[in-house]
Amino acid sequence: MSVTPETQPAPTGQGGGPLLEVAGLRVGFATEDGRVQAVDGVDFELEPGEVLAIVGESGSGKSVTAQTIIGLTRGPNSRIEGSVKLNGEELTTQSESQLQRVRGSKIAMIFQDPMTSMNPVYTIGKQIIEAIKAHDRSVSKKDGRARAIELLDAVGIPDADRRVDNYPHEFSGGMRQRAMIAMGLALEPSVLIADEPTTALDVTIQAQILDLIQDLNKSRGLATILITHDLGVVAEVADRVLVMYGGKVVERGTLDEIFYDPQHPYTWGLLGSLTRLDQPRPHRLPQISGAPPSLLDLPRGCAFRPRCPHEFPKCVEVPGLEARLPENPDHRDRCWLTPEQKKTLREVEPGRIGLEEPR
Amino acid sequence: MTSDSDFQSSGGPLLEVTDLVKHFPIKSGLLIDREVDQVRAVDGVSFTVNKGETLGLVGESGSGKSTTCRVVLQLLKPTSGSVKFEGREIAGMGRRELRPLRREMQMIFQDPYASLNPRKRVGQIVGDQLKVQKVASGKELRARVEGLLERVGLSPEHFNRFPHEFSGGQRQRIGIARALALEPKLVFCDEPVSALDVSIQAQIVNLLDDLQDEMGLTYVFVAHDIGVVRHISDRIAVMNHGKIVETGEADQVCEHPRDEYTKKLLAAVPIPDPRESAIRRRERVGRPS
Repeated sequence: MSVTPETQPAPTGQGGGPLLEVAGLRVGFATEDGRVQAVDGVDFELEPGEVLAIVGESGSGKSVTAQTIIGLTRGPNSRIEGSVKLNGEELTTQSESQLQRVRGSKIAMIFQDPMTSMNPVYTIGKQIIEAIKAHDRSVSKKDGRARAIELLDAVGIPDADRRVDNYPHEFSGGMRQRAMIAMGLALEPSVLIADEPTTALDVTIQAQILDLIQDLNKSRGLATILITHDLGVVAEVADRVLVMYGGKVVERGTLDEIFYDPQHPYTWGLLGSLTRLDQPRPHRLPQISGAPPSLLDLPRGCAFRPRCPHEFPKCVEVPGLEARLPENPDHRDRCWLTPEQKKTLREVEPGRIGLEEPR
Repeated sequence: MTSDSDFQSSGGPLLEVTDLVKHFPIKSGLLIDREVDQVRAVDGVSFTVNKGETLGLVGESGSGKSTTCRVVLQLLKPTSGSVKFEGREIAGMGRRELRPLRREMQMIFQDPYASLNPRKRVGQIVGDQLKVQKVASGKELRARVEGLLERVGLSPEHFNRFPHEFSGGQRQRIGIARALALEPKLVFCDEPVSALDVSIQAQIVNLLDDLQDEMGLTYVFVAHDIGVVRHISDRIAVMNHGKIVETGEADQVCEHPRDEYTKKLLAAVPIPDPRESAIRRRERVGRPS
């Protein structure tokens, strides 16, 4: 796999490369109905202390990308191509037992629903200790417990020394997600993958969890991959953003580039269809027509073509993920429109970005 | 609230709820269940819904918004309080008495995967109540269902399909067609878009908007997403711990909240604007980041 030559600031880890490097990642599954290419070419690098958001709808491949990084999509029916390097070390070719050592200790993952991702018959403390002991058998019960309390305290659980003996059902949703994060941090990983960590939570709790993730990210230099469909959440915490659609990255850029200078019509549509409390409400909510494509039957050319009002003949060819703005080589997108066309087409009203039929 | 002066009465109240209470007992004991405590899910709620308007009900999980809907619909028996529909008291009515009223009040549910019977065809799901209520049968029923499917943006050919053949957004359209089959006056929408993809949410919200105009519907729209509620509602009631803490015109509540809890709730909603949210985060955390 050829890696896109890019100048990366502040190289860290061994070998001077980025902490995590995903290149040309493709994940396919053989299903009864045919082959599904869930992820079709994802590249990114992640540095310590950075939050990368992967945005997309169901079926966009965002969760499969994350799961593949820690080897959760391996199986007889899946085919994984490309490379995932952590500190220069290739993960896709490692054996299951080698990967076991990476999971938890170097890369931790937290999931959407903290109720189903915990074992209901063990106490919170026991589950954290179990994670620690799985990687270091020599840890004593007492030390493990002390460490569990320390971790719960670090993620803001009040009365951690008492709460450590509680069962998951005795915790509220927000506390359970905190405990999940504590469990993820138990072995001091350098990468945290959070798959829709706040989707199941109330907004006030969501704000607390996002603050916590950001604090950990800054104080521990934890590199974070945040998978979400919520652009509000992205705006709160991300440094860089990947927008995925139909298994492909359709746009990547910094937070400001994605929100203030979006290049792909799908990104315009996502930004345009938000109900924003900080703006007067429109008479009608701008919508993206149609539905996300089935991965079994992707349209020819650009996957977003059938839903895009700006489609033109060139769109039957798949556009590459390229920098189309000469002044900005890291801001890339998959759309054939010229940057000038994009500038005028995306502005549906002065100062408002959206996806609408050109007038 | 009945004392509210800021609503436009476009045709008088369709629904009047006064001091509605629903407590669930917490029981304990080995041989004899003793009631040891109560969950005050709905604790003295009053509001009115006028003909043709949309009342938004927001609140966090456990605030009692869904229970309120179910008690108003008499799917749960209220502990006390009054529910008047078109001026008639319906709290405490028996099943038989309620049956004709079921035509007038319908509900759209959150999860389009769980709320459709997987073993029934779309035609049955949407049409069965027409049969039960003896409104239509045979060819006429089929024609009506096909018309409904078209109206919600599906195709009449979908009549014989099963729910699993549809995407989440399409399933929610089936749920909407079912709720509208009997041409109700009042529709309770309980988190109708929160299980859907972002790009589909706007489609469903717009569909509900259009149907309201076409059919003169009145909505009670329950959701935790304040942005969506504000978009679709004329008035908003904010619930917390089983009580309504603030009612008012939608923009008024969102832009100039009076209640402390409403303020807290609004402050926590992420703003999809990086510069704006950086400022808000600094205010929230109270130190520069």
